Amino acid sequence: MIRLSRSVLRLPAATVRCYAQTAEPAKKDGATEAQSQKQVESRSFAVGMFSGFIHTEQVFPYPSVLSEDQSQFLSELVGPVSRFFQEVNNPMLNDDLQRVDDKTMAGLKELGAFGLQVPADLGGMGLNNTQYARLVEIVGLHDLGVGITLGAHQSIGFKGILLYGTEEQKKKYLPRLASGETIAAFCLTEPSSGSDAASIRTTAKKSPCGSFYTLTGGKLWISNGGIADLFTVFAKTQIPDPSSGEIKEKITAFIVERGEGVSHGPPDKKLGIRASNTAALHFDEVRVPAENVLGGEGNGFKVAMNILNNGRFGMAAALSGTMKGMIQRAVDHATNRTQFGSKLHTFGVIQEKLARMAVLQYVTESMAYMISANMDSGAKDFQIEAAISKIFGSEAAWMVTDECIQILGGTGFMKDGGVERVLRDLRIFRIFEGTNDILRLFVSLNGLQSAGKELKSLQKAISSPLGNPQLLLKEGLRRARRRAGLGTGLTLKGHVHSEVEKSAELAVGALEDFGLVVEEVLIKYGKRIVDEQFILHRIADAAIDLYAMIVVLSRSSRSLSHGLPTAVHEKILCDIWCAEAAERVHRNLKSLRSGGGGSSLFRNLRSVSSALVENGGVVASHPLGL
Amino acid sequence: MALRALVGVKRVIDYAVKVRVKPDKTGVVTDGVKHSMNPFCEIAVEEAVRLKEKKIVSEIIAVSCGPQQCQETIRTALAMGADRGIHVDVSAKDSETLGPFQVSKILAALAKKENANMVILGKQAIDDDCNQTGQMTAALLDWPQATFASEVKVEGDKLTVVREIDGGLETISMNLPAVVTADLRLNEPRYATLPNIMKAKKKKIESVKPADLGVDTASRIQILSVEDPPQRQAGVKVETVEDLVSKLKESGCI
Repeated sequence: MIRLSRSVLRLPAATVRCYAQTAEPAKKDGATEAQSQKQVESRSFAVGMFSGFIHTEQVFPYPSVLSEDQSQFLSELVGPVSRFFQEVNNPMLNDDLQRVDDKTMAGLKELGAFGLQVPADLGGMGLNNTQYARLVEIVGLHDLGVGITLGAHQSIGFKGILLYGTEEQKKKYLPRLASGETIAAFCLTEPSSGSDAASIRTTAKKSPCGSFYTLTGGKLWISNGGIADLFTVFAKTQIPDPSSGEIKEKITAFIVERGEGVSHGPPDKKLGIRASNTAALHFDEVRVPAENVLGGEGNGFKVAMNILNNGRFGMAAALSGTMKGMIQRAVDHATNRTQFGSKLHTFGVIQEKLARMAVLQYVTESMAYMISANMDSGAKDFQIEAAISKIFGSEAAWMVTDECIQILGGTGFMKDGGVERVLRDLRIFRIFEGTNDILRLFVSLNGLQSAGKELKSLQKAISSPLGNPQLLLKEGLRRARRRAGLGTGLTLKGHVHSEVEKSAELAVGALEDFGLVVEEVLIKYGKRIVDEQFILHRIADAAIDLYAMIVVLSRSSRSLSHGLPTAVHEKILCDIWCAEAAERVHRNLKSLRSGGGGSSLFRNLRSVSSALVENGGVVASHPLGL
Repeated sequence: MALRALVGVKRVIDYAVKVRVKPDKTGVVTDGVKHSMNPFCEIAVEEAVRLKEKKIVSEIIAVSCGPQQCQETIRTALAMGADRGIHVDVSAKDSETLGPFQVSKILAALAKKENANMVILGKQAIDDDCNQTGQMTAALLDWPQATFASEVKVEGDKLTVVREIDGGLETISMNLPAVVTADLRLNEPRYATLPNIMKAKKKKIESVKPADLGVDTASRIQILSVEDPPQRQAGVKVETVEDLVSKLKESGCI
């Protein structure tokens, strides 16, 4: 179940907070932090588009953050990592063994793959997000099971220590985590707490002397749970309010070492990523020293959300690698297989499939490196973009792999072909680290929250027009033009290359439509919008399409202006994407406007669902009547 | 005794790349094509590193001749365990005509300059397949040579090498200093691990010009034309052995 809270037109951080496994701060201190952050106006493109603005700084020109040295160093790393995965790692063997083969595991540790982002002076590789993304792309191309083993360790397992650890905690733990001597795991999910992360029941009781906590509870489906010796564990703690003295329950994050009271279940049997160990964990009155609190007492929810938020770009990067591999397989088959006297790639049906696969890969890759670059240049408000990249990447990779299997036909369905494993491995990416459904609500609510704030300040200006006549005049004009279907003067001219200006116009048109509908929805529903999931879902879909358009417009423009040999090809990928995405955005949004047919559809959907629930399954009578 | 080993590392088009001939037939396309260390050179580096791990060799110097990008190849050798590098800077254009004769003169000059006790090279490079540099270097230095090595042992100043020859193995013994060229089965080269690549960043690469070594790199060879191998003709399927024999007779094969 998803827990929702209600609020005024300006959706408070608390609403968003309740979308578990998402991002963004928690509770009181988190909320004030968020507000102060918002007061320095967000430069995020995604935040801006909800108010019908185009914030270009983070998206144009397509960012490149690597210094010559960083780029050179990265180019030296790419070769050995690729070779390791080609020559040593055997994904089929790992899948059959249901664990990473010992030789590969030892090799990965030696390779340095367990401490990619740990600072060099603490035994790691000291990579920034962009460099990290490039290497996990290689992992994703070859073996997602190994990818999760590595990701559960460093992308979430000990990321908390990197982000929130004290100097002592870093010095104590990071060196052996970086070498892979100690494997880490992230422990949030519980039997009764999945998407609703705030509802965890594991507790940590502070000792009367205050020097340790006693941790008790069960965690479920923990990646690396059976092989890890160090855990980032989230538990409820009783915290007295300093002013009122009232005791409040708040989540706190702990670094827990394997030891007395820590036990795990057998490896879970799974559909995919079988190479990655997944197990239940049990903490039975585990004594955790007070110095192992991570990120401060009571800040656990914020810690958890920020860890996840900081890791999402890596999934997009890994999945763009997976797609590259699948496209290669599909192209290989299409150029070698003859049917009806012709190679498969000469048939239109196959051509369309291959082209669409290439477009999806291009979009995902462009998102991954745009976001990693934004993060590396110090952006803090990338949570909407990061969530979009996770949703988009996991769905794109699923479609690409599914189509790869379709092109390969029977070969694709056979185990020895090696593609069916990829499809199985991929399925979890739409579920874990925030299901795509929850993340869609997160994208919408986060965006609406800032748009709502903007609208509110406008309302204030209307109630006291002398207070800020400038704002009123400007905004009044902008909105009037938009209503009248005239352009609001928004343009991407000067930001995009002239070759893709047509596509940019489509994107701007879709953006204007989006801003308008968001405003209508906010005015119509106000605080009640949090309960309108049919609408929120569609707003998120439009937001994803819009961000994807901007990202490929930016990247193809850079390639065109740099005169890259692939620039024309990239322009075509961009044009294909923008043409279809713009249409989809308009269609999605139309259903949300009055008379757009949305409300009757939603009513119908709701009634079918309740009938099913009432009936315990399918309701319609059988065509044969028996 | 502590030896100093000079190892040659050639930058070549990666073995996995499908090589394309330039339209004007003057050579093959190298722009934007993935390059890496010649696989036989990797075996040579690995052997030097193993000798160092056995404390027989005290210092490994990796040398590469060619354009600026050769430094990447040297970095790989440094990450595998070489101690320092020498980049013999030859412009991209001049590199095209750099052959075994020119390179062996450079290597011989460097071996003397650096007081090397051993020169370890790959038996040949996978781009031009010349298999001459090791032999020529030994001749220019007037050192003994052990080519196609599949096992290398050093005892005192004696070098014992098992060579792969047609029809079997040959074991030879010689005095150091000497030139060794590595065959495929000498060892399995290690991967450069990421931490070692990081450490290699601190190792030094010295850059010299052939002229600094007194070597003239002018080529005596003129490339007239580089062509793709001829397209293979489609074959025919035969039903029986008799058919096969008669077809072979027809074509004059038997």
